[in-house]
Amino acid sequence: MHISLSDYLLDIVQNSFEAGASHVELTVDEGERMISCTVADDGKGMDEATQRRALDPFYSEDGKHRGRRVGLGLPFLQQAVDAAGGVFALESEVGVGTTVRFSFDRKHIDTPPLGDLALTLSTLIAHPKAQHLLVTRSRAGSGSYTLDRIELLDVLGEFETSGSLNLLRHYVASQETDLHAGNEE
Amino acid sequence: MAKMTLEELRNLRNRVQGDLQKRDIEGKDSRIIIGMGTCGIAAGAKETLDSFIAALDEQGLTNVSVTQTGCMGLCYVEPTVEVIVPDMPNVIYGRVDKQTAKRIVEEHVVAHRLVTDHIFDRPAADIIKKDGGK
Repeated sequence: MHISLSDYLLDIVQNSFEAGASHVELTVDEGERMISCTVADDGKGMDEATQRRALDPFYSEDGKHRGRRVGLGLPFLQQAVDAAGGVFALESEVGVGTTVRFSFDRKHIDTPPLGDLALTLSTLIAHPKAQHLLVTRSRAGSGSYTLDRIELLDVLGEFETSGSLNLLRHYVASQETDLHAGNEE
Repeated sequence: MAKMTLEELRNLRNRVQGDLQKRDIEGKDSRIIIGMGTCGIAAGAKETLDSFIAALDEQGLTNVSVTQTGCMGLCYVEPTVEVIVPDMPNVIYGRVDKQTAKRIVEEHVVAHRLVTDHIFDRPAADIIKKDGGK
């Protein structure tokens, strides 16, 4: 199990990149009562049998790790949602893409803390297989911000050297800090 | 911290690039590869990644490549990090928490001295290529 919701997100958005998605939309909404997240990609998708197996911790996609029989990303998330009485939904179609939605009741004692979301978002933007990643982050009563990987790539040039990554992390952290300060633009 | 605009980010970027052109490039061709599989994430790999970037910034190194990869097969000593520095052996470090990441930058990357108490391996046998991944 992961410690924070941010870690679950980091884990499952990587699935989209590895499924060959060219477009991934991530939304994180902190409502009054619920924290809701959606990860929608246009990757290769899964048929119904594969969707069921993706939730089995002892299944991993062929070829990802030769000889291994463990795949914990989605099963961990589903287990955490179940433990906290939240909602989890997986929709997928071969050749179209996959959407994972989940939400947690903020008041439930077993709901994991949100964790360092800014760090998760900058890590995802810098993922070597990421292409077009669009993030919409909102928080009840304090507004929202969006991050567009293509736009940031245009500004920074690349996400591989320590200099660019340092600027990226400061930029994303400033968006998140501003959201918590409640300053709507 | 005030909310940064894309324009401010662009200006900062241009300034950093200007600095780069001015001086001889230390850290060039050095690479840090961080295992960011489920095992790595659970053990705190994103904080490790952040610590590397902060420590490199402290040393004024803007051109070290820092990338993410999946599980390297050493799940029992996550977070794991491969460090490739010219004229140094390629090393897989394990149990790299924030403090160790800082040490790796100061000792391995800058001072060219191995952080021997965290060395684990080259990648596990089912990951490496026949040539040893070289």
